[in-house]
Amino acid sequence: MLLSLEGATVRFGGRAVLDAVDLEVAEHEIVCVLGPSGSGKSTLLRAVAGLQPLDSGRVVLDGRDQAGMPAHRRGVGLMFQDHQLFPQRDVGGNVAFGLRMHGAHKRQQAERVEELLELVGLPGADRRAVAALSGGEQQRVALARALAPSPRLLMLDEPLGQLDRSLRERLVVELKELFGRLGTTVLAVTHDQGEAFALADRVVVMRDGRIAQSGTPLEVWQRPADAFVARFLGFENVVEATVGAEAADTPWGKVPVPEGAPQGGRTLLVRPTGVRLVPADAGLRCTVTARTFKGTHVSVHLQPKDAPRLEAACALRVAPDVGDEVGVEFDAAEIAVLG
Amino acid sequence: MPVAFFAVFFAYPVAAIVARGLKADGAWRLGRIGEVLAQSDVRHVLWFTTWQALVSTALTLLVALPGAYVFARLDFPGKQVLRAVVTVPFVLPTVVVGTAFLALVGRGGLLDELWGVRLDTTVWAILLAHVFFNYAVVVRTVGGLWAQLDPRQEEAARMLGTSPLKAWRRVTLPALAPAVAAAALMVFLFTFTSFGVVQILGGPTFSTLEVEIYRQTSEIFDLSTAAVLTLIQFVAVGAILALHAWTVRRRETALRLVDASVTARRPRGAGQWALLGGALVTVLVLLLLPLAVLVQRSVGAAGFGYYRALTRNDGGVFLVPPIEAIGNSLSYAVAATLIAVVIGALAAVALTRRDAGRFVRGFDALLMLPLGVSAVTVGFGFLIALDEPPLDLRSSWILVPLAQALVGVPFVVRTMLPVLRAVDVRLREAAAVLGASPWRVWREVDLPMVRRALLVAAGFAFAVSLGEFGATVFIARPDRPTLPVAVARLLGRPGELNYGQAMALSTILMVVCAVALLVLEKLRTDRTGEF
Repeated sequence: MLLSLEGATVRFGGRAVLDAVDLEVAEHEIVCVLGPSGSGKSTLLRAVAGLQPLDSGRVVLDGRDQAGMPAHRRGVGLMFQDHQLFPQRDVGGNVAFGLRMHGAHKRQQAERVEELLELVGLPGADRRAVAALSGGEQQRVALARALAPSPRLLMLDEPLGQLDRSLRERLVVELKELFGRLGTTVLAVTHDQGEAFALADRVVVMRDGRIAQSGTPLEVWQRPADAFVARFLGFENVVEATVGAEAADTPWGKVPVPEGAPQGGRTLLVRPTGVRLVPADAGLRCTVTARTFKGTHVSVHLQPKDAPRLEAACALRVAPDVGDEVGVEFDAAEIAVLG
Repeated sequence: MPVAFFAVFFAYPVAAIVARGLKADGAWRLGRIGEVLAQSDVRHVLWFTTWQALVSTALTLLVALPGAYVFARLDFPGKQVLRAVVTVPFVLPTVVVGTAFLALVGRGGLLDELWGVRLDTTVWAILLAHVFFNYAVVVRTVGGLWAQLDPRQEEAARMLGTSPLKAWRRVTLPALAPAVAAAALMVFLFTFTSFGVVQILGGPTFSTLEVEIYRQTSEIFDLSTAAVLTLIQFVAVGAILALHAWTVRRRETALRLVDASVTARRPRGAGQWALLGGALVTVLVLLLLPLAVLVQRSVGAAGFGYYRALTRNDGGVFLVPPIEAIGNSLSYAVAATLIAVVIGALAAVALTRRDAGRFVRGFDALLMLPLGVSAVTVGFGFLIALDEPPLDLRSSWILVPLAQALVGVPFVVRTMLPVLRAVDVRLREAAAVLGASPWRVWREVDLPMVRRALLVAAGFAFAVSLGEFGATVFIARPDRPTLPVAVARLLGRPGELNYGQAMALSTILMVVCAVALLVLEKLRTDRTGEF
């Protein structure tokens, strides 16, 4: 393992921001830590970088315990959330900074700067002032600066957080492709699930300083570990249920479950695509309370009598209007029993 | 290292004063405080010190608040230059100011010649000089904040149906109040501990605590009474500083600040033109006239005779030609600046470290003490503490720069701290992660940003030590007087030639200080233009 955290704990005034976190990152792997703000993601990166001392536990890089190792000797790269480019240096000066700190020759520096600016799509920008760059360009310069000293581990803190949506979606694809080409080992943190799923080989979901779930994007998406992860991923149809052999007892009545699902008192997730709308006299009777156009489908909010709301996804041409009475049936293939 | 510096050159002398005042034959006698306080002339001095400070503060606010408005909210040609001019008096040596007002309102002064009006025997001369001095303090602290207050807040109140005056009273005034309070306290502190001005303009009738301490030491040789008076002043100043720190903290409550350059407007309407005119006349009459008169008197009827006389050694007042004081002053000031910048910068860096504990933060307030505790205390402390073993520096030239550096360090720290605090911690972290050692981080990230602040701080320290009078007058050797000391000594002698020479030396001192300050102002504006 290139990086392992063993029981890493950081407390701020008695509150554990990182609570006995165990995490491993293999060489050439891209790991994305996903969590709401305040879940301890940034502290995790700072602890690995050596900017935040651990209260207990260990950070091990390449098999060596990093206790007492100052940040500038760890040989890891960190791209800050708001880039933190040096304002008094130009683009070239920023990118060359790490090389200079490592005592590279002037000519070596110049070659590497040129190569990196090419790589991030800003060829010939080395004389430009950083204040004159757009948000996306600053982000590219920050990436080039972090990559320049060839760190064994590159860490990204909300790498695309401040950019607008279309740029973000384009850059995330570029990043994934770039890291794949360079074979960079990456540990990124983000609160945006789309970003995490697009970038990562493995996603780690954090909550209150602990790891709630770890797995490939597909695994996490298909089987969230618990109600928290499911809700954080944007699923709203999450209820406590008593699961039997073929169906579960829920506030919405009998709901079919997939074959071989664990039985007993469990948390049940019904994906919006698993909520099928039928005529009002069949199935569970609901009133449509809201309707949001989502581009590829319409999200419909349904209020059954005496039960929690349901979210359904359906095609535009069959979507009911607000105030309509509809019936609901469930599709076992789109239902997951959690935990 | 700053801690050691302050322990040896500040705490130790102060402790020596305490011991001298309250200890007799090895026993503590706290009753001395009561005895000294019971003397009627001491009570008189205390009373005068307090009320003149109060009146000076009130007058300064009255004159300077409209000025603060003009500089904050109005835009007019020549504003930059005028702002620099207004600041000149603040760095002028007290001795120069005293001399200038003597030339304006004293015996044979301009007003005396024109209308036969003399104010140097009244308290008015002192009060006017104090306003002259502290005008810049109010304009800078209050005006600085005023310029950054968002005018849209007032506009929002107007939209809700309040009259302009009421909007100002309800919205702007409460936001300004803490800054006004802080400025007023600063002015009160400066006038409470006023020395040079009162020494020159007060004559035998008016005497502040500071002057009385000096008199007790150098004329009556009653060191024990002087020590007790110093302690009283020490306590008073400590209280004022504590109050000041408290108001400053309150000022830091969230205010919406905007870029100062967008809030100023061309004057509109009779009221605003009147304010602008009033401020200009104030600057002209109150700030420029005394200095102009000083220059005129120094030239006098004798052509440049007074200046020529400076180069001669008449053997009366000095052991050396007065002109040598310039060289002394400059070399002392260079040494003092070096010490102050090194100590002050180290202290500022220590104070901005993220792991700075409570001990260090307490040190922050301690650093301000020499500023308020008054130069005379420092000089007196040096006199009684550092002239005998274990630390005998009496015969060393370094004594004067050390005392002047002590007075200059707070300025250095105050200039450096805001800039250092403004450096984003994560910028340093970014450099560290890229492989920069802590020393490289300071050199690569902090230094480029604070270089200008460092220069400005050095300039301040230079100007302060050049004009420093209260401490230097205690410890400067007779054969090596500094400019302010020479001026004061010349004024203490009768005769037109001595008077004229004092004017001439003051003018030289003023020019050196003004040039230093104008260079600083240039650096400052460059900086605001760059970032």
